[in-house]
Amino acid sequence: MSVVTNTTTIGAIDAPSRRNTELALVAFAVLISVFAYANVGLALHGELPAGMLGYGLGLALLGGVAHIAVRRFAPYADPLLLPLAILLNGMGLALIWRLDQSERFQATRDFAPAASKQLLFSAVGVAFLVIVLIVLKDHRILQRYTYISMLVALVLLILPMFFPAVNGAKIWIKIPGVGTIQPGEFAKIIIAVFFAGYLMVKRDALALASRRFMGLYLPRGRDLGPILMVWAFSILILVFETDLGSSLLFFGMFVVMLYVATERTSWIVFGLLMSGAGAVGVATFEPHVQDRVTAWLDPFAGWDKIAASEQMAKSLMAFGSGGTLGTGLGQGNSDLIGFAANSDFILATVGEELGLAGMMAVLLIYGLIVERGVRTALAARDPFGKLLAIGLSGSFAIQVFVVAGGVMGLIPLTGMTMPFMAAGGSSVIANWALIGILIRISDTARRPAPAPAPSPDAEMTQVVRP
Amino acid sequence: MSELTLTVMRLGFLAVLWLFVIVAVQVIRSDLFGTRVTQRGSRRTAGDARPQQGRQQQAAPPQQRQQSGRQRRGAPTKLVVSEGTLTGTTVALQGQTITLGRAHDSTIVLDDDYASSRHARIYPDRDGQWIVEDLGSTNGTYLDRTRLTTPTPVPLGAPIRIGKTVIELRK
Repeated sequence: MSVVTNTTTIGAIDAPSRRNTELALVAFAVLISVFAYANVGLALHGELPAGMLGYGLGLALLGGVAHIAVRRFAPYADPLLLPLAILLNGMGLALIWRLDQSERFQATRDFAPAASKQLLFSAVGVAFLVIVLIVLKDHRILQRYTYISMLVALVLLILPMFFPAVNGAKIWIKIPGVGTIQPGEFAKIIIAVFFAGYLMVKRDALALASRRFMGLYLPRGRDLGPILMVWAFSILILVFETDLGSSLLFFGMFVVMLYVATERTSWIVFGLLMSGAGAVGVATFEPHVQDRVTAWLDPFAGWDKIAASEQMAKSLMAFGSGGTLGTGLGQGNSDLIGFAANSDFILATVGEELGLAGMMAVLLIYGLIVERGVRTALAARDPFGKLLAIGLSGSFAIQVFVVAGGVMGLIPLTGMTMPFMAAGGSSVIANWALIGILIRISDTARRPAPAPAPSPDAEMTQVVRP
Repeated sequence: MSELTLTVMRLGFLAVLWLFVIVAVQVIRSDLFGTRVTQRGSRRTAGDARPQQGRQQQAAPPQQRQQSGRQRRGAPTKLVVSEGTLTGTTVALQGQTITLGRAHDSTIVLDDDYASSRHARIYPDRDGQWIVEDLGSTNGTYLDRTRLTTPTPVPLGAPIRIGKTVIELRK
């Protein structure tokens, strides 16, 4: 027997399925949402709202159906993704309903209650989640559609250019009889598939061929091709659709995935420089973007003059009047923001009525979704799944940052919606599909590998996995 | 609605919201999975009195041998990495093929510039004898000092060298 010192044993800890934890958390999330709903009703009308039962049952049904689908089709999936999304969706519904109750809105000519529509869209979104779980048996199937998904994403991104601008941004397409769709929300998922498939194949070339300069790996000139292409394309979106949000989202997502695929910090430096240069460059000649920048730099200067500034200023006032603990649900005046109060500016209502404490909790819930996505990417065993999970959670994180930063005055405001909370069909449907794909990848990642013959001498030493 | 009720509801809602966040974080905390690394620093020598842990481990194998009748007496039970970055890593031999290389799906993923992505594999033949086979690697696989050209049986304790990594089979 030889001398053995400092033996390291690597064994696999099998993840339990955790479905019951998920069910309990979904029930908790539904209860919190119903609480929010009741709270709004009591504060505004002094009685429990009439639609409370229907709302509670509807949300519980959505959560239940999604949970059963996960239990049936993705039994090892992450237990947190679904409850977190349900809570955000439920709270969003309560807040949208709260804004529907505003007398200031009801007095306007084109008032239409948004809450019931949003519940319908949520149902469609959960249906999308279930379809993704049923149809997509293995996320690696998506890898076959790398270049097709590039084409589809391009079409979806270019299409809105041919439709008239809505509120200054061309991000909508109008289908007669169906309504308007924001194709960018769907394009963000599809383009993540393309980036993941492309970078998986090309990452060695992008990572290995480089020179070292001042601690940074500088890529060769011709390896800059892909990043330049994506950059040029996002600049085009910015110029022709005047939408800073989607432009930032696509470029940011590519840089995040490039960094993860190649482990080269230099890509982030390049990405920041290029997006900065692009945004500043476009802002010099594009009036819509200029308005947004002025509204960001000094929102109160444009009070009563520029609509964007006034909206921005009112949003900041809402946060201010909320303070630390907020005014309480239904007792704020965030409906003064007027246009887009229940979509782009829904965070202002959170900030006013739930205060800093509630705002932090909501941002943490978004953070937890992103964290579970990154954890899924770490646990995924195949490079495509890793990149896809990081791309999807990265785009989710960027979107939350862009919207929250815009509403709070950290960066210029962009026309993006807060995932799950904001009123808007495309957004809620696309984000449910995104969660569906993440759940599918995490199911594959956490599924215990088929053990070799069960043998009792498998003491602590087991198969090493990457 | 009285002011008091509304204040209680307002604070109650914030409390419940944070409770959810805390519960979610607790779920993450109890949801650790993946690879578990156990450090066993005890120095064990042939002559020394073994620590209790060692004795328990020693006691286990004979029973198992009886249960899984296929395993021959004196057959290796584990593969140990004795040199290289993975030094100290052990893999239980349970009749499965062990692949070595830089590819992510290898059983032992070698972080070694001199190893090929699919470098070699070690598998049992029908008699339970463990065989090492080079899979057309760039730098070759060495058993003791000889470069492998054909699948070769591995004696206990013979060093198999792949790049900077040395592995051997042990009882």
